[in-house]
Amino acid sequence: MTEITSLSLFELIKNIKEKNISSNEVAKSFIDRSEKSKKLNAYVTENFENCLKLSKEFDNKPNFDLKLPGIPIAVKDLFCTNEVRTTAGSNILNNFVPSYESTVTQNIWNEGGILLGKLNCDEFAMGSSNETSFFGNVQNPIAKDLVPGGSSGGSSSALAANLTPITIGTDTGGSIRQPASFTGTVGLKPTYGSCSRYGIVAFASSLDQAGPMSKDVKDSSILLEVISSFDKKDSTSIDFQRNNYSSELTRNIKGIKIGIPKEYRVDGMPGEIESLWKKGIEYAKDCGAEIIDISLPHTSYALPTYYIVAPAEASSNLARYDGVKYGLRSSGKSLIDMYEKTRSEGFGEEVKRRIMIGTYVLSSGYYDAYYLKAQKVRQLIKQDFDQAYNKVDAILTPSTPSSAFKIGEKSNDPVSMYLNDIFTVPVNLAGLPGISIPAGVDKNNYPLGLQIIGKPFDEQTVLNIAYSMEEKINYKTNITDWWME
Amino acid sequence: MDGIMSKNNLEYLIERNDNVYEVVIGLEVHAQVTSNSKLFSSSATKFGAEPNTQVSLVDAAFPGMLPVINEYCVKQAIRTGIGLKAKINNKSVFDRKNYFYADLPQGYQISQYKYPIVGEGNVILDMPEGQKHVGIERLHLEQDAGKSIHDVDPNNTLVDLNRSGVALMEIVSKPDLRSPDEVNAYIKKLRSIMRYLGTCDGNMQEGSLRADVNVSVRIKGSTDLGTRCEIKNVNSIKFMQMAIIYEANRQVDLIEEGEEIDQETRLFDTKKNETRSMRSKEDAHDYRYFPDPDLLPLEITDDFIDQLKSEIPELPDDKKKRFIDEFKISPYEATILVSDIDTAKYFEEVVAKMGKNRDMKLAVNWITGELFAVLNNKNIEIANSPISAKNLAKLINLIKNGTISGKIAKTIFELMLDGDIDPQIIVEEKGLKQQSDPKALEALIDKIINDNREKAIEYKQGKEKLFGFFVGQAMKASGGKANPQLINEILKKKL
Repeated sequence: MTEITSLSLFELIKNIKEKNISSNEVAKSFIDRSEKSKKLNAYVTENFENCLKLSKEFDNKPNFDLKLPGIPIAVKDLFCTNEVRTTAGSNILNNFVPSYESTVTQNIWNEGGILLGKLNCDEFAMGSSNETSFFGNVQNPIAKDLVPGGSSGGSSSALAANLTPITIGTDTGGSIRQPASFTGTVGLKPTYGSCSRYGIVAFASSLDQAGPMSKDVKDSSILLEVISSFDKKDSTSIDFQRNNYSSELTRNIKGIKIGIPKEYRVDGMPGEIESLWKKGIEYAKDCGAEIIDISLPHTSYALPTYYIVAPAEASSNLARYDGVKYGLRSSGKSLIDMYEKTRSEGFGEEVKRRIMIGTYVLSSGYYDAYYLKAQKVRQLIKQDFDQAYNKVDAILTPSTPSSAFKIGEKSNDPVSMYLNDIFTVPVNLAGLPGISIPAGVDKNNYPLGLQIIGKPFDEQTVLNIAYSMEEKINYKTNITDWWME
Repeated sequence: MDGIMSKNNLEYLIERNDNVYEVVIGLEVHAQVTSNSKLFSSSATKFGAEPNTQVSLVDAAFPGMLPVINEYCVKQAIRTGIGLKAKINNKSVFDRKNYFYADLPQGYQISQYKYPIVGEGNVILDMPEGQKHVGIERLHLEQDAGKSIHDVDPNNTLVDLNRSGVALMEIVSKPDLRSPDEVNAYIKKLRSIMRYLGTCDGNMQEGSLRADVNVSVRIKGSTDLGTRCEIKNVNSIKFMQMAIIYEANRQVDLIEEGEEIDQETRLFDTKKNETRSMRSKEDAHDYRYFPDPDLLPLEITDDFIDQLKSEIPELPDDKKKRFIDEFKISPYEATILVSDIDTAKYFEEVVAKMGKNRDMKLAVNWITGELFAVLNNKNIEIANSPISAKNLAKLINLIKNGTISGKIAKTIFELMLDGDIDPQIIVEEKGLKQQSDPKALEALIDKIINDNREKAIEYKQGKEKLFGFFVGQAMKASGGKANPQLINEILKKKL
C-alpha cells in the first residue's frame, strides 16, 4: 500500500471505513511526517498529543456514518479553536486561547474530524506570500526558499507536503486560490454566505469566506459538504438549499458554457500563463464544454477597489485589538500610550499599512472619493458577472499572473505583491464561488493554476467542471521531500 | 451676569442692554430600550448586576464574534416611532462609529447614521399657554458602551461591560424648544409616551434616559440659527434646565462683548453649575462611519409595521381627548391624569369601580388632591399606592350617596392608609355613618333651640350671624355625623 500520508481524503475515508487502517495510524503518520517537516514552518501550534488521544477514542468507539471518520485535519490559524491557541499569525494574539469554536471547524469535528494543529498564515490574512506572519516565513515544498502563497500559506504548504490530508483556509482576495495555485493543490472559495464566518478572526467582513483546500477536486467536494451550512450566528450567512457536493460530483459537463473574459489578458502577463490558459480552454472543450468569449469591462478597477474596501473594513475590524480585554498588552503611562505601544508592538508592517490605508479612505473628506466610490465600482463589477452569466454557466481564467516567487523577492514592494491577486479579487468583490486547480508548470517546474468561477451558490457546477478538467490535465506533483534532509 | 431675565408665562428671554435674546434648544435623547437582552447579543440587561456578569463574547468583542440583531429591540424602536407619529423607514442601515475607548470593546459603536429606522415625527406639549408641537428629526438604534470606573482603584481604571451592547434609541428633536420649561415638558412627554408603549422605563436615576442638549441664542425675532454648543450626557431634567440657563447666558454675554461663539462640545459641571469646554470643532472626532459589513440592511415590510400599529395602546394625547369627551373633565385635569400611564390606569380603575352613579369631579379631586399629597409625602409611585383604586372608589361612592360627609371621608382616608382597609368597614366599626334621618335631626334641633331660646330670638330679630352658631351646635350634638345639608334646611325652617 502507498504511504498513508500520500492518500487522498477520499481514499483515507474509504480505508478507515473498511478498517484497513485505524484513525490512530492515520494520525500517527501525519504527525510523524509533520515532526520531520519543521523546516517548512507550516505549523504555528501543534495539537499532536491531543490528536493521538482523540484518534484512539475514535478507534475505540468508531462511527463510520460520519463524513470525516477519525480524520486528522490541520487548519489555518485564523479559525478560533476551543482551548487551542489561535493567533491569526499575529503577535497581538500570540497568547490568545479562545473559549469557543468557529462554526466551520465545529462542523468538521461534528463529522469526526480531529484537530491536528493550527497552520501558519499571513498576519490577519493580509498578504500573498505568508511573509507577514509574526511566526515567520513558510517554505513552499515545491522548492527551497519559494513562498507557498498567502495568506493561507501554512495550509497550502502543509497540504502539498502531505502533513495534513486536507485543510481549510480563508479567502478574502485570493487567500485560498493563490496558495493552491503556488503549491499545485486545489483550493475552493465558496459563494459569500455559504460558510459561516462565526469564530473566524475577521479581516474584511464583506469579503472573507472559508473554504476547502485539498489534493484533488473530489476531496474539496467532500469537505465543502461538511463546512457549508446556514448559521444564525452570522447575519450574512445564507439559508439556501445546499447540494450533496460529493455525491452529485460528475464529469459530465457536456454543453456547459464556459466564458473566457478578454479583460483577464492583462499587460505584461507572462507567456506561460497565456499558454496555460489556452491549454485550459482546449481541455474544457475536450470535456464537452462550449467556449464563449465574454467581457467583464470593469475588471481593471477590481484591484484598486479591493484595496480600498478590504483595508477600510480591516481598519475597523482590528480596532478591538487594543490591549484592554485579551491578547498582548504593553504597559503605557496612560490609556492612549498603552494603545499606541500595544498596537505598535502587536501589529506587523503590512497590517499597519492596511490599517492606515483603511483609516484614510474612511476619513471625513475622503470617504466619498474613496470608500463610497469603491462600493459603487464593486456594484459594477458584480453587474459585469451578472450579465456574463446570462450567456455562460462559468468562467475560466488563470488563477494568478505568475508562479510562486522567492521569499523576499516582493516583500519590499507592496504593489507588486498586491498584483498577485488580480485574477482572484473580482470573485470576492462579486461574492462568487471560485476554484483553483493545478493545470501545469512554468519553466522552473513550478505549478500554475487555472481558476473556474461560478454563479452564486452554484458550487456544484464549478466542482464538476474542475473535476472533469482535472482528469484531462492529469497534473502530477513532483515534490521531493528536500526539506527532510 | 448683569442682565435681567424675563420669564413670563409665554417665553424665556434674556435681556442685555437694549437687546432681547431667545434661546433655541434641540435635544438628542438616549433612551434605553426595554428588553431582556442586548441589541446584538443574548446577554441580560438587568440594572445593578455585579460588574461584568452580563457580558457575552460578542459584547466583549472577542475575535470572530459577530452581532446578530435582536428583533424585539427593532419592534420596540418601531413602536416608539409610531408613538412619535413618525415615519417608519422600510430600509435602514447599521453603521460603525469608530473610536477608541477602554469601555468600547469593539473599537466602534454600532449605530445608524445615514439611514435611521425612524424618520420625522412630532410630539405635542401641553404648556400652560396652550399646545406646542415639537418636531422629531429621527430616531435610531445603537449600542450603549460599557462603563469606565476611575474612582475604585488608585492606579487603574476599571471597566464594567454589563452595559456594553445594551440597546439605546437616540431620539433627535428639531431645534424647536425655546425655554427650560419646554425642555421639561418635552422630556416628560417623551418619557410618558415611551412608558405607555413599554419601550423605555424612563428611569433617569438608572440612566435609562439621558440627553445631549444643543443650545444656541439669537436676537428675538431673528430666523437665523446662532452657533450652537452641545452639552453632553446630562442625566436629569433639573440639570438640563440649569445647563441651558447657564449656557444661554454665557453665549449672550459673549455676543454682547462682541465675541464669537465657538461650536464645541461642553460638559455640565453639576457641582459648580456651569458648562465647560470638552472639545472644540477642530478637535471633534472623525468617527469614520461606514455601513457595518457584519449586518445586512434592516428591511421592514409595511405589514410588519401595520401589525405593530394595530397593537399600539391608547397614548396620552388620545387618552386625554377621550377623558375630556367621555368623563367631562377639564383639559387641565385630563392632562394631569394622562401624564403618567400608571396615574391614568389608576384613574380609569377608580372610574370603573365607581359604577353607574359615578362622580367624576369627586374622583379627580380625591386622586389629584388627597392621594397625590400622600404619594408625594411618602415618595411612593402611584403603581404602589397604599390605597387601591377599588377602595378609593368605594370611599367616593360613600360620599356621593350621602353615607358620609366629605369631612368624615378625610378621616376615613387616613385610616385606610394603614393596609388599604375597606372604607365601608371603617364606617361601620367606628360608627361614622352620616345622620340623615330628618325626624331624628328635627328632635335634635328642637332641643338646641329650646336650650338657646334667647339666641333664637336674637336671630329672628335680624342677627343672621347666629345661624352658624346653631349649625355648629347641631354638628357637635351629632358628633360630627349629621348631614350638614339637612341641618341647614331644618334650621331654616325652625328658626
